Amino acid sequence: MPSSETIAIIDYGSGNLRSAAKAFERAIRESGSGQRVVVTNDPDQVRRATRIVLPGVGAFGDCLAGLSAIDGIVEALRDAVLDRGRPFLGICVGMQLLASSAQEYGDHTGLDWIAGHVELLRPDDPSLKIPHMGWNTLHMVNQHPIFEGLEDGEHVYFVHSNHLEIQYPQDRIAITNYGGEITAMVGRDNIVGTQFHPEKSQAAGIHLLQNFLTWKP
Amino acid sequence: MLKARIIPCLDVENGRVVKGVNFLDLVDAGDPVEQARLYDKAGADELCFLDITASSDNRETIFDVVAKTAEECFMPLTVGGGVRSLNDIRKLLLAGSDKVSINTAAVNDPDFVREAAQKFGTQCIVVSIDAKSVGDRFEIFTHGGRTATGIDAVEFARRMVGYGAGEILLTSMDRDGTKIGFNLPLTRAVSDAVSVPVIASGGVGTLDHLVEGITEGHASAVLAASIFHFGTYTIAQAKHHMQAAGIPMRLE
Repeated sequence: MPSSETIAIIDYGSGNLRSAAKAFERAIRESGSGQRVVVTNDPDQVRRATRIVLPGVGAFGDCLAGLSAIDGIVEALRDAVLDRGRPFLGICVGMQLLASSAQEYGDHTGLDWIAGHVELLRPDDPSLKIPHMGWNTLHMVNQHPIFEGLEDGEHVYFVHSNHLEIQYPQDRIAITNYGGEITAMVGRDNIVGTQFHPEKSQAAGIHLLQNFLTWKP
Repeated sequence: MLKARIIPCLDVENGRVVKGVNFLDLVDAGDPVEQARLYDKAGADELCFLDITASSDNRETIFDVVAKTAEECFMPLTVGGGVRSLNDIRKLLLAGSDKVSINTAAVNDPDFVREAAQKFGTQCIVVSIDAKSVGDRFEIFTHGGRTATGIDAVEFARRMVGYGAGEILLTSMDRDGTKIGFNLPLTRAVSDAVSVPVIASGGVGTLDHLVEGITEGHASAVLAASIFHFGTYTIAQAKHHMQAAGIPMRLE
């Protein structure tokens, strides 16, 4: 069914947007939700979009610099997400950017949409490898519509060396364990974020993207 | 809990799979996308393409293969073989590869790894090391194991991680193709020396070899080609065998 909805994936020079775009196209095709996917760095297109996705790989500082370098994009995101309540999904560093602050190759100020601090993973078992790379289990700690049809213990694909230490427990909706608890998903109002890569998490990941596409916060 | 990974590797030449699964139900066994889809369904944890295209005229074919695979398979994809410049890496990542593995170029110019990690992030830079036991130490060999470099593999791995490699793909060159198992002392020496995950490769002939790579070699992942391609074992058999041996696996 055709839809007038547009999913904007923000292109700010970070990582593999093709995978994210293709995964959304697959999710749309399988669910028949009919939305259109645009990969864009145009603030106007972000304002017009009905749902917004912020991907991101690499270092926090590089991603923040890349995003800030696009004239008007942060304002457009605030406008669409905070003022007009458009459903928003941050992926990996795209989720970490929502934090108040981060420490990775220097101190950084984040978007401050989710109260918390991004810092290096320090597993309590020193033999654990960094990056935390591979398939780990997702455990839901707060109820959220994004989990519909997903079971506790579902495997999703992680690759990261930093994690988001959340300030308010209610903002953390899922965790995983890697030498201690790690924030795997955040959720507040119309904002969700995943530390893992749904676009690389096979069927479970596509399912989660489908839930995001139909989510009415 | 984080699971150990099984990574099948496909050799690709001029855009076609030359060493891959040869099942009767495949319409076109040389089609990398069809092979990738098969492994995706079979529960592989990641997929690796090794581009062995010799002619520089045909080196562009791999980008098309990666792009088509990324449209169909939503699992992590590593591409290696002939990665020599930042532009090679950029093109592979843009085509849809998640990680890029650097082999000879890292030996010839270690600084290339530093530049690549700074530019694209450590999470997508895999350094691929081919090594053999020489006396009681481990030495890096190039050109398919024929050329000794005099470089100590453990020292080199440590140095590469210092430069920003996010993962090490370690091939036991003295075991490659032998089916007698990984060089476990080598695998353990490198795994224990670096803070990043190590993928063990080379010499796998049985499912017990996969187990040993993790339990005795201390690797985080195992890469194999022949045992899966020739249908000796399925991914599911391998995973269940490893799980039964006490290794946490992702079983769907």
